[in-house]
Amino acid sequence: MSGVALSIRNLHKSFGGVCATDDVSLDIAGGELHALIGPNGAGKTTLISQLSGLLPADRGTVIFNGRDITRLPAHEIALAGLARSFQITSIFADMSVLDNVAMAVQAQDGHSYRFWQPARKDKRLRQPAMEFLQRVGLADRASSLASAVSHGERRQLEIAMALATTPQMLLLDEPMAGMGPEESGRMIEIMQSLRGEKTILLVEHDMDAVFALADRITVLVYGRVIASGSPAEIRANADVRRAYLGEETDPC
Amino acid sequence: MESSIFLIQLLNGLQLGILLFLLSAGLTLTFGIMDFVNLAHGSLYMLGAFFCASLTLWSGSFIVGILLALPLAAAAGWLLEWLVVRHLYERDHLDHVLATFGLILCLDTLVHIGWGPAGIAIPLPDWLNGQVELLPGLLFPSFRLLIIATGIVAAAGLYWMVNHTRLGMLIRAGASNRTMVGALGIDIKTLFSGVFAIGAALAGLAGMLVAPITEASIGMGNDIIITAFVVIIIGGIGSMKGAFVAAILIGMIDTMGRSFLDDIFKLLMSTEAAETAAPAISAMLVYIMMAIILTFRPQGLFPPKTR
Amino acid sequence: MTTDPITENPGAPKSFNRFAIVLLVTLALLPPALFYSGNPFWLDVFTRLVILALAAVSLNLVLGYGGLVSFGHAAYLGLGAYAVGVPVYHATYGGFESIASYNGWVHLGLAIGVSALFALITGAICLRTRGVNFIMITMAFGQMVFYAIVSIETYGGDDGLTIDVRSEFPGISLDNPLTLYALCYLSLVAVLYLVHRITGSRFGMVLRGARANEQRMRAIGIDCYRYRLVAFVISGALCGYAGFLLGNFTTFISPEMMDWTRSGELMFIVILGGAAYLYGPIVGAIVFIILEEVLSGYTVYWHLPFGLLLIFSVLFLRGGLSGAMDKLTGRSQ
Repeated sequence: MSGVALSIRNLHKSFGGVCATDDVSLDIAGGELHALIGPNGAGKTTLISQLSGLLPADRGTVIFNGRDITRLPAHEIALAGLARSFQITSIFADMSVLDNVAMAVQAQDGHSYRFWQPARKDKRLRQPAMEFLQRVGLADRASSLASAVSHGERRQLEIAMALATTPQMLLLDEPMAGMGPEESGRMIEIMQSLRGEKTILLVEHDMDAVFALADRITVLVYGRVIASGSPAEIRANADVRRAYLGEETDPC
Repeated sequence: MESSIFLIQLLNGLQLGILLFLLSAGLTLTFGIMDFVNLAHGSLYMLGAFFCASLTLWSGSFIVGILLALPLAAAAGWLLEWLVVRHLYERDHLDHVLATFGLILCLDTLVHIGWGPAGIAIPLPDWLNGQVELLPGLLFPSFRLLIIATGIVAAAGLYWMVNHTRLGMLIRAGASNRTMVGALGIDIKTLFSGVFAIGAALAGLAGMLVAPITEASIGMGNDIIITAFVVIIIGGIGSMKGAFVAAILIGMIDTMGRSFLDDIFKLLMSTEAAETAAPAISAMLVYIMMAIILTFRPQGLFPPKTR
Repeated sequence: MTTDPITENPGAPKSFNRFAIVLLVTLALLPPALFYSGNPFWLDVFTRLVILALAAVSLNLVLGYGGLVSFGHAAYLGLGAYAVGVPVYHATYGGFESIASYNGWVHLGLAIGVSALFALITGAICLRTRGVNFIMITMAFGQMVFYAIVSIETYGGDDGLTIDVRSEFPGISLDNPLTLYALCYLSLVAVLYLVHRITGSRFGMVLRGARANEQRMRAIGIDCYRYRLVAFVISGALCGYAGFLLGNFTTFISPEMMDWTRSGELMFIVILGGAAYLYGPIVGAIVFIILEEVLSGYTVYWHLPFGLLLIFSVLFLRGGLSGAMDKLTGRSQ
């Protein structure tokens, strides 16, 4: 993959006078792992929600693979190959782990106006779903109820569901939030394995992970892009150090 | 005389609208603040009518009856809130609906036990029983004028309360941000009970005002509650202004439809067809209007700001 | 017993199915036995029970599995019943030749067709809204049908309409109470099987997913609205069919049968029995009929204990009777 996968131009969103996204422009190259960082309340999740169509933008455009997706409803954006995970785990709690992934496989497998054959015995759904679970290391939990698995496993399930929609690009909203070091390590491995295969926009607070994984980093503060560049450039950027990194963590 | 009939129907529509507003105000308040759906709101309307009927017959004065029945209706609301409703705030709307449906069955039966199966008529004093000449040749029942006047006073009082009192400030704050009110150190439980009691008093008042015309009867709230729902759906659930506008609108359209639709239809089709179609269409008119409005504005005319 | 993780469904109640089979066999054998042993009254009670259960199963499809709280399902019962009454009325007294008929297939087609159409039109509007708006709007549309029927004096308005002739089918006569019961019972079994297949299918998974987490459904590329609308139409059509049976059973129909409080009773049946349990509505209908028959035998005030039970079951009995039974038999949540 090469060329620009996702192009954001002058995106703007405000809530009652407060700018959550302020004239954001950003290009993400195909195959790139692009990290989006910024302090709490910087508008990262708001941006992801606009990209995935769950929140309408006030102004601006989003071009995905040459197609204007700014005003598309969320489900069409997902079908166009742009998948997302949620910061606050969003799964089907009263279904099995495998059911969750199978649902995402089903969404890709054409319409669901099939009223008779049992979906839970449908190998065309279950087999691929199982493979996606294996990919994120959750295969042994396939038949557990989604609400019964651990927090870290639910985060992995989120990734499996996003992958199951066979996207070209993933929007991952803090996949490591609330994870212990061991779970984070597993998540970093998963993302390493996706590198190059999928374009990824990663929102993350764990700076070690961000600087270890990202090809490029964009820093968002108060809805505005204050810097964008390679990890080394971001590390060296005085604005970033002042506005963000200096206060929170020491990246070096 | 066409124009005077039209004027009288206009006033009748206004009167129905005012009653609907009194009923809807409490519904929209409890929904806006507590996020609670109260099907039994119509039962409070019925209770108001029965309280007023008994107290009027006991005291011999309709006015005394109303003045005594109002606090009773509020107390009934308070009691319901304390007994059942407050245990449901944390539940989903389905639970609200089912439990308050159960309340309706209980309250209807309790009224049946207390007052018997037949309706009770409320006698009006002479000065309310006559007609008033509004314009030369335009007579209008004085009691209906009183309903309109009372309703306008109640609406104005409500407006004043919501916009200019501490309670109103809490109500407005609560409607837009429930957790914030709690954070202000306000006793949420008392606030909710109070709001529920105010809604109950307003619904009761509507019942008291309607009872001299229709008499107090079991299940009288179960028909009108649906119309009140249509009012708050059209107005935007949780919006007081929306409830007022929609109530007047519905009152007018319903009254006008029932009065004039057959005449209009007769211009378009045979008399026989018009006489069959007009009652059915006029019965459905407010629902058809609701459908049209919702098609274009699914959240109603004045959707409250999202929480 | 080994389980295949690929097809495993940890959410499925297992212990309950055995009980359900006992239930269905009892419903098949007991009423005819009572009938032949000289208790025809009980056959009537069971016929009503089975029809109510059928209506509740159809409501359960949207309410239990779809999470759509429709408070207007009595309207479909009414539409189905009037789809029998109106053609029969015109066939007997003239007028409206295009639908005047005693033919059962005409009645059946009308009942299902009109109900499905009404569900399609009102559903298209209701389903654009969520939560409490949806509840109230379905309620209002249901009441709209009620008032429309009340205002049509040709069909008796408030007073209702007597169906002089039951739907005529070649070879069978619905005037025979056992035949009618057999038809109702087999319909219930067929509809249960249909709902079982639907809820287990891909379509059913979408419906459940939409209830559990609509945002997630959109994020994986599924637009819930259209699937919900289809479910709403199926549910309306099935409930209209129950109305068709009800009209043939009572042979007297009135707007009262579609009053919104009837919709409330249907919801009560579904919730008490246990929403999203296939057989829940049957359990609910049995309890409802027992309450009605027993309590109304003791007192004219039977709505009081009934209402109290409703409040009680909402406050303390979450998951309905089927859920309680599952807990007793040890299924972990």
